[in-house]
Amino acid sequence: MTKKTEFSRRGLLAVAAGAMAMSMTAVPAQADGSVTVASWGGSYQNAQSLALFQPASKAMGITVKEETYGGMSDVRLKVKAGAVSWDIVSSGSGSAARAAAEGLLEKLDYNVIDVSTFYPTLKTDYCVGSDVFSTVMAFNTATYGNSGPKSWADFWDVKKFPGKRAYRNKVAGALEPALMADGVAPADVYKVLDSEEGIKRALDKIRELKPEIAVWWKSGAQHAQLMKDGEVDMTTGWNGRFDVAKKDGAKVAYTFNQGLLDYDCFAIPKGAPNKDLAMKFLAEVSKPEIQANLPKHITYGPTNKKAYEIGMIDDKTARMMPSHPDNAAVQLPVSLAWYAKWEQKAAAMYQDMLTE
Amino acid sequence: MSIGSEARANETVLLKQSRREEWALLGLASPAILTVLIVMVLPVGWLFYLSFLADDGSFSLEHYNRMLESKAYGRIFMTTFEVSFLTTGLCILIGYPLAYFLSQLSPRMAALCMLTVLLPFWTSLLVRTYAWLVLLQRKGLINSWAIDLGLWDEPLKLVHNLNGTLIGMVHIMLPFLVLPLYGSMKAISADYLKASSNLGAGPSQTFWNIFFPLSLPGLFAGALIVFVLCLGFFVTPAVLGGGKVIMVSMQITSNIELFFNWGAASALGVVLLVITLAILLAASRLLKLDNVLGGGH
Repeated sequence: MTKKTEFSRRGLLAVAAGAMAMSMTAVPAQADGSVTVASWGGSYQNAQSLALFQPASKAMGITVKEETYGGMSDVRLKVKAGAVSWDIVSSGSGSAARAAAEGLLEKLDYNVIDVSTFYPTLKTDYCVGSDVFSTVMAFNTATYGNSGPKSWADFWDVKKFPGKRAYRNKVAGALEPALMADGVAPADVYKVLDSEEGIKRALDKIRELKPEIAVWWKSGAQHAQLMKDGEVDMTTGWNGRFDVAKKDGAKVAYTFNQGLLDYDCFAIPKGAPNKDLAMKFLAEVSKPEIQANLPKHITYGPTNKKAYEIGMIDDKTARMMPSHPDNAAVQLPVSLAWYAKWEQKAAAMYQDMLTE
Repeated sequence: MSIGSEARANETVLLKQSRREEWALLGLASPAILTVLIVMVLPVGWLFYLSFLADDGSFSLEHYNRMLESKAYGRIFMTTFEVSFLTTGLCILIGYPLAYFLSQLSPRMAALCMLTVLLPFWTSLLVRTYAWLVLLQRKGLINSWAIDLGLWDEPLKLVHNLNGTLIGMVHIMLPFLVLPLYGSMKAISADYLKASSNLGAGPSQTFWNIFFPLSLPGLFAGALIVFVLCLGFFVTPAVLGGGKVIMVSMQITSNIELFFNWGAASALGVVLLVITLAILLAASRLLKLDNVLGGGH
């Protein structure tokens, strides 16, 4: 019964939103209201706020409240308790997929959100891509000059590149580099990983490097700080964090070669208090002219291809983005299907390896 | 006869009065008891219940089986107890002389010195933990000064391992040991010590035979607080352990993130609680800690 009314209301809204979208460019919508967005904090949320949330809230004439959160487990708690206070959450693509499978998210209405010019793989029914990032290898330019590691084989080569490493303390994005270092072609990585033996092979390769791994990092802020402090000479991590650290004076560089291409997305938790307005807000932040702001604040690329075409991102900046065609070509896109199938099993095996 | 019956009558009145007093006291204590019931017993009971539920809500031992199947969990429990024991031991080694020193000072000096214990105690845990990170890391203050002074050539591995974790945790836990210990030392009457000297005991004999045994209840109470707090510690090992010191509390958070499931995390909490109670029970038997745990005779 409720579903039905909701549905018709949504249908109505789509029409209304369509009508409004036409008028929106001219006059900021009269819709006075507010949405609450939860994201990851740090330089990442700061960039989101400046590039996406604030311009979108201005354009729509609504208030945006920002909070930080600890991921989909928080959403689960709120949904199960029937006390959802966030309208939109910013999430990694993998955990969003799992949360959607668990029924924690509202289905997005792509009649409201225009994704016609998106990269086709950067959205699901429940989560619309917000930015593209890459898990890369970064190195200290004071230690290695500009001739740092170019491939995961180099990252593992402690003779050619002596120095301390940092590596992720979770399985996500940790096994693929190990296999590539072990000689598996990027295109075959997920094929090899599709069995326990394959996972074991990757873990054995990490065991090999373990004596050189000084820190197992757990957050983007941490791996950026490790490079800033010179605590390690080489680390895996998320590219945007390193660029921000570099701006702050850190001696750090990275390569996109063999990086893991992944994306973040926005989702609406089930039972969000301002669901309809949230949908319209997502429509706004997905527009190319809003998305084109993001690269000014952090080197995470837009998910809307058109953002590159409207002349707001200069060529030099565009070439720094993980989703720039030249960069995307040398990277391995992360397989959500593999994570859905294997993550829990692989995580347990990873934990075994970590505690040895 | 009449005296006897009067006494009996008195006794009944007295008994009634003391009963009434007990009830009145119970009434006064009921807010506290209710609070404990609501904020302690209920959640722990709920946690216990959740740990036996599978994803679909049916009864299951999967969360406990997982702990048996994977070697990691055993190692994580070992690490947790190892870190807690070591921290408690180091706190005793450092804290006992400190508390003794404080107890021997004049009240004014003692208050001043106590500030050095309390000031860090009032500072945010996070601030102190990150301060240690700044001091101890590879290019941190301690390593760079020591290398400049020629004390050592290569940076020592002071942090992102067990060393750093222990340094940080001992620093944070020290006041929890020193405060109860200092209290119990101050309560030791100087007359006992004088009497001991009077009977011909030397200073070290007086200390070991009189002062030390009398200070033990305070020491045990402090050590117990430190040990139990260590078991559930999260921030310091997470920041200073470099991902190599994995304690149960950290595994609990990663289980929540990984399995999206309270049961997986609460099973860990239940096991930790049970093991801790077992250890405390054994310790209280072995060390006759009854008076510390509240069951005094």
